[in-house]
Amino acid sequence: MLVNQFLILAAALFSLGVYGLLVRRNIVLILLSVELMLNAVNINLVAFESMIRSADATGQIFTIFIITVAAAEVGIGLAIVLMIFRNRRSADVSDLNLMRW
Amino acid sequence: MTFADWISAPVNWVFLAIGLIVLLSGFRVVTSKNVVHAALFLVGALAGTAGLFLMLSAEFVAWVLVLVYIGAVIVLFLFGIMITRAPTGLDEGLDSDNKALPALLSLGLFVLLAWSSVAAFGGEEVASLGEPTSTETIATSLIGRFVIPFEVVSFVLLAALIGGITIARRDLTPLEEEERASV
Repeated sequence: MLVNQFLILAAALFSLGVYGLLVRRNIVLILLSVELMLNAVNINLVAFESMIRSADATGQIFTIFIITVAAAEVGIGLAIVLMIFRNRRSADVSDLNLMRW
Repeated sequence: MTFADWISAPVNWVFLAIGLIVLLSGFRVVTSKNVVHAALFLVGALAGTAGLFLMLSAEFVAWVLVLVYIGAVIVLFLFGIMITRAPTGLDEGLDSDNKALPALLSLGLFVLLAWSSVAAFGGEEVASLGEPTSTETIATSLIGRFVIPFEVVSFVLLAALIGGITIARRDLTPLEEEERASV
């Protein structure tokens, strides 16, 4: 197995996440796209770790950190979405124009 | 290494199958017209990623991904969808109207990333289905060399826990507060 095949797959997944982030208007779906991008980075880290084979498995440790931070991000993000929905009755980002110039 | 050499290794067929699952599910996540389906397609993408981690001899991380993401994060997302959108059927207002520019941008990003990774890691090999990284190794370096980041991350989780409760809690109206106080 080449390391490239994993890197290209992760690049494709990351680009899909960027596309979703730009196109989607529902906040929950934007968060889903962010998860796709984080996942692509995880693939990269594990692939590099498998190539380098460091003694203390640095790439996999970093992946675990990313998974933890992503879990915290989803918790906070959905709490914010919940509060916005309670106040505005909408989960559409184009309705949130209070601070827009 | 030619393409014929590459495709002749059975492990690469497995990679192609899993990669196809991951990409198709990822594509459906960002294009699906049904919010619940988008979240469920993310399960497919994440399960495929866990399969890739198993191929890359990262067993512990693969199962952490399954437990934390598929077990917990997707459930949270489904809760969020159920709360913010009562009718879970088809919905036309999910996407912005201008799709050409984001598609072009992400295509350009993909070409850039893929080209630079090919240029930088042309023929580098990955240890193919070697000895899996033992949980002992990960535990030792997590509690040894990476103990400070580990503590910081656990603090982040605690802060997220408290913050999530504080943000999502509904504040009582003054009338309700009086009723609470009088009881």
